[in-house]
Amino acid sequence: MDTFIVGLIAATLRVATPLIFGTLGELFCERAGILNLGIEGTMFFGAFTGFAVAASTGSLWLGLLAAILSGILAGLLMSLFAVKLGVNQHVSGLGITLLLTALSLYSFRLIFGESSVNPSIEGFQQLSIFSSSPILGPIFSQYLLTYIAIALIPLVGWVIYRTNFGLQIRAVGENPEATDAAGLNVIRLRTLALAIGGGLMALGGAFLSIAQLGSFTFGIISGRGWVCIALIIFANWQPIKVLWGSLLFGGVSALQLRLQGLGLDMPYEVFLTLPYIVTIIALTLGGRNAQAPAAMLKPYRRE
Amino acid sequence: MLKQFKIERVPAPRWSVIVIPIVAVLVTFLVSSILVILAGANPFAAFFNFIVTPLSSQVSALEVLVKATPLILTGIAVTFAFTAGYFNIGAEGQLYAGAVLATWVGFTFTSLPSIIIIPLMIAAGILGGVLWSLIPAILKIRLKVDEVVTTLLMNSVMLYIVSWLLNGPWRNPLSGWPQSPEISAAAHFATLFPKSRLHIGFLIAIAVVAIAYIVIKRTPLGLKMRAAGASLTGARFAGIDTTRTMLTAALVSGGIAGLAGAVEIGGIHFHLIDAISNGLGYTGIIVATLGSLNPIGAGVAAMFIGLISTGSQTVSRVLGVPVYLGDVVQNTLLLVTLAMFLLQNYRIKRVRWILLS
Repeated sequence: MDTFIVGLIAATLRVATPLIFGTLGELFCERAGILNLGIEGTMFFGAFTGFAVAASTGSLWLGLLAAILSGILAGLLMSLFAVKLGVNQHVSGLGITLLLTALSLYSFRLIFGESSVNPSIEGFQQLSIFSSSPILGPIFSQYLLTYIAIALIPLVGWVIYRTNFGLQIRAVGENPEATDAAGLNVIRLRTLALAIGGGLMALGGAFLSIAQLGSFTFGIISGRGWVCIALIIFANWQPIKVLWGSLLFGGVSALQLRLQGLGLDMPYEVFLTLPYIVTIIALTLGGRNAQAPAAMLKPYRRE
Repeated sequence: MLKQFKIERVPAPRWSVIVIPIVAVLVTFLVSSILVILAGANPFAAFFNFIVTPLSSQVSALEVLVKATPLILTGIAVTFAFTAGYFNIGAEGQLYAGAVLATWVGFTFTSLPSIIIIPLMIAAGILGGVLWSLIPAILKIRLKVDEVVTTLLMNSVMLYIVSWLLNGPWRNPLSGWPQSPEISAAAHFATLFPKSRLHIGFLIAIAVVAIAYIVIKRTPLGLKMRAAGASLTGARFAGIDTTRTMLTAALVSGGIAGLAGAVEIGGIHFHLIDAISNGLGYTGIIVATLGSLNPIGAGVAAMFIGLISTGSQTVSRVLGVPVYLGDVVQNTLLLVTLAMFLLQNYRIKRVRWILLS
């Protein structure tokens, strides 16, 4: 039973990693008043760019850097539509998701051809900490990026709540008119928030392609971005609660993988749907009192 | 005195309805040319194959309408919901829900004649879509749970359900492939022309466009929907039962998306596979937006997307460019058009500013 629980905890942290990156990224966008439905495509684009650059240069770190840059670009594209032009955020975000997905698939075929075998790389290795301990060893044997994701949570909390920049981000998300009147540049702040958010989302995607899997598959993100959109509501837009939401989803996902392995007489798809159903239930129960940033979905125009 | 430019908000002139789509298409082609050149192909040849080749023979021109049929329906589904301010992103899942029920009817009641089983399949498809949209709609209306998130998550759940059906109870016992049993021959939709796959589903889609247009533009329900979509609080002040209006819009939207699933099963596939949609529900959002939430506009947009998606297969075959170019083009077109819609309301005007200093 010990190995069952140890394995469960280790897998929970691994599954939660891309969700933490994605949700923290979305947190920046939404705190500044922009619902970024481009997240699914941005994570996909990050996973592709990270893999393609890592595969062609042989450097995983360059891949990671390229992924972050691709995410920043995706955030700037979202900013062009949702902030500068003030287009409906639902439609522009989905449009960006669809465009980045298509662009990644197109580029992948262009670079790697139509081969039926997916190209793969030697991805990041798990760190070995406490490797002599049968319990702590497996739990702490995670990718460096998992530790970075967890460390980012208090860091983002500090930026949002304790710095001037964070205050400004929250201000444009709550009341852009007043922020503008106070002499701050609303467009620039929102663009900055989307750029940071995009970089984080793409990092989440790249974790999957250049750490966990070492390859890029067409189903690599498969709805994780949408889960982040749900987690941010569940977390009530607070960084520390992002951790609990991600661990809950990660835990249910890890549990379903293990339940599949127990050979119960049930179709494995039932387990696959569990994390989504639990998320909807959690959203219904926990998200009801959630307080979205007041100016979310409202484009700002100076009249 | 100093000459300056000022951006002014003015109503769109009438000619913009024609000019904007044309300019949007040109800009889109310009942008996506870069990708064609990267693939080592000639952009002019690519766009000739995109736009002209599919229309050059009767068979391929009809194929454009075949591709447009489900898009018209998902486009109308999204138009209906968005008009009422209900952001249904779940047309993809609702389409599959409709396809599942329609397939079940199609291979279960094998002794029924066409005249009964086809309407039954269509009804089953609509029912599937309505049922699948019921959960997010009720969560939204009763508990104020954001419908964007729930409909997106429900799409993922539905894909797993389809995968379970195809790998489990419905797996084809003969071939072992993950595909459902075939629907009965009587359940196949009649085709409209010899040597073409175009089927009566296209006529159904056209009828849905007409009905949606009348409902949205000419009935009290449509007026309430538009009012709720424009301003929920405003509509409430005007005494409109917004809860009921939104629920109606959400369920009708789901039903039309489900109908799209039934039409694809009865007209094209004749069995359920997990690739029947591949994003038709999401493309419906593009279609609805390109049609600026006007049902007739959505019909026209769906045909254009049908043209691009037929063309992308030709481009890929003739020029060796990855087939995903079609998706890139249609999504770029969406974003460019979004920008153009906004710009049409603005005019750059030269004004004189008097410098006081």
